Amino acid sequence: MTALVPLLVTLPLLGAAIALIAGRHRRVQVGVSVVTLVLTLAIATVLLVAVDASNLPFAVSVGGWPVPFGIVLYVDRLAALLVMVSSVVLLAVLLFSIGQGAADGDDDTPVSIFHPTYLILAAGIFVAFTAGDLFNLYVGFEILLVASYVLITLGNSEQRIRAGITYIVVSLVSSILFLSAIAMIYGATGTVNMVQLADRMTQLPQETQYVLHVMLLLAFAIKAAVFPVSFWLPDSYPTAPAPVTAVFAGLLTKVGVYAIIRTETQIFLENDLNTILLIAALATMVIGILGAVAQAELKRILSFTLVSHVGYMIFGIAIATPAAIGATIYYMVHHIVVQTTLFLAVGLVERRAGSTSILKVKGLMRAAPVIALLYFIPAVNLGGLPPFSGFIGKYALFDAGAAVGTPLMMTLIVAGIATSLLTLYALMRAWNLSFWREDDDSSETSQRTAYLQAAPAATTITERRVIPRIMTAATAGMVAVSVALTVFAGPLYEICARVGGALLEPITVVQLDESVDMSGEVQP
Amino acid sequence: MNVSIVLIVIMAVLFAAGVYAMLERSLTRVLIGFLLLGNAANLLLLVGMGRPGIAPFYGDGEPQEMSDPLPQALTLTAIVITFAISAFLLALIYRSWQLGQADTFDEDEADVALRERGMRADDEMDQEIEPEDDDATSDFLASEAADDRTKGSGS
Repeated sequence: MTALVPLLVTLPLLGAAIALIAGRHRRVQVGVSVVTLVLTLAIATVLLVAVDASNLPFAVSVGGWPVPFGIVLYVDRLAALLVMVSSVVLLAVLLFSIGQGAADGDDDTPVSIFHPTYLILAAGIFVAFTAGDLFNLYVGFEILLVASYVLITLGNSEQRIRAGITYIVVSLVSSILFLSAIAMIYGATGTVNMVQLADRMTQLPQETQYVLHVMLLLAFAIKAAVFPVSFWLPDSYPTAPAPVTAVFAGLLTKVGVYAIIRTETQIFLENDLNTILLIAALATMVIGILGAVAQAELKRILSFTLVSHVGYMIFGIAIATPAAIGATIYYMVHHIVVQTTLFLAVGLVERRAGSTSILKVKGLMRAAPVIALLYFIPAVNLGGLPPFSGFIGKYALFDAGAAVGTPLMMTLIVAGIATSLLTLYALMRAWNLSFWREDDDSSETSQRTAYLQAAPAATTITERRVIPRIMTAATAGMVAVSVALTVFAGPLYEICARVGGALLEPITVVQLDESVDMSGEVQP
Repeated sequence: MNVSIVLIVIMAVLFAAGVYAMLERSLTRVLIGFLLLGNAANLLLLVGMGRPGIAPFYGDGEPQEMSDPLPQALTLTAIVITFAISAFLLALIYRSWQLGQADTFDEDEADVALRERGMRADDEMDQEIEPEDDDATSDFLASEAADDRTKGSGS
């Protein structure tokens, strides 16, 4: 079973290499990327079932070095679950982008780098989720970031370069901060293995721990877009192509949240910054959603709601009880799926109406009822209306917070409910203006009249961009997944609760060593 | 742990200079700042190595006399990553220069437009949801007006 673990990383990299070599053969590229992601999805599912059955995580020491020294790929329930969910998201977005690319008629325009870059992004995400030591986590971050730099500037237009620069410079600062934190942690403890760090960190003086803790958290908070270091996100995400924004919104910030979970539950279990995290979560939720309310463009509204909802996860992490961690992980899974779905639905809106400004787009309910449905379900879900998974996740978080019951917790719960209602307001305002508002066609008619008056001999041709069926199907598939999160909330929530329980009882180096030995690795 | 004070001073200077350069609007300076910061972080990793000794893995020295090999491995990896990102940044700067004949970073037009739009447009949007007169064409007029302001502020 452990033999499958390295495949999570090597398969996407191999697929990227093949896709790069086959740059001129579009069909080969498409085939390779789809097959690769289907395989990783299958592997992740098998791993999740197996790791949930056995209580020890799967660990593979890459390169055969003995355990605390070498690089360890480490798959516990949390890693397996997140790899599985991200495989689903990556696959759906890939299908969406295939449909979009085919419809744009760019069979020979230079997007031959899209598929290799996309697979490298997948590899980076999987490395980050399965990393057993901090430095490998850094390498995983860099792999996915470099791929994301290419994807966010895809097409090289002036606007995308501008937005890309914001993103790249902020990411670089965060990476340098992370690297410096690793250097200082190694200097202080002599290890970068997360399991060993958990043990050695407790022997350091509290002051030293605080410095290291704050540095790591700051680096991850930039990636996860936690207030006050969240301003880069709504500035840079909306200009990227729709599928790229969708996958970034779903996965990249969650990699940051994942790293924060590991930091809080594994490395600094004894060192407590939870009050600061709670305040940051409060500010992230409220300020993020106020930004969304002010916006008049769908992609920007969604980017601000993304920032705001990261606050819920930080809230859950900062409560730091097993129930809260379980709820956080359920919320994370829900948010990955729903936020991606919403961005895909907005991609459909953009394609159908030619714009994503809620002031310009109107009458979509009548013109495109399918898109309206595909927007409405995840929008209501994100807003947290029962019976959807957004409600379940938020309820579980608030329940865990209320169990602690301090005044700060109660403030956060109130702020969380307000944020949820404001999310609903922002998304439903967009719904009212873009979908429900009647399209009287006066603009088109008057424009046409003007043209005809200027050139009476001309004929007008109405060109309507078709939406390939596969784009709608990919979005519908994601909506189905988000509904499945609600329908199968019971079993999924049980897994999340077990993750939460296991995370707060970290394993020891000896146990890690045993789980590597069990896999039959030959020690040098 | 014994560390060289020279390395620490150089590292501190590199960090300071790197942060200063990265705060500029010019992209070339941002790149230079990033290179300085990257090297500073690499030096920090080397400082974490402690006192240098004889080569590890080879030779017959005692383990206490050997250098710690792990920070060296980490530094090498970090150098490679910095190198790759610098190459990408250079390409990006070149493209930015091609597009705008400048390597400076501009403000987000949509942000500026939103700021200029201010309260007035919000009122208009509310009116759009509930048009006062039965003439539905007011929808169109309002959105056109919003467009004009965006163009005006952009130039």
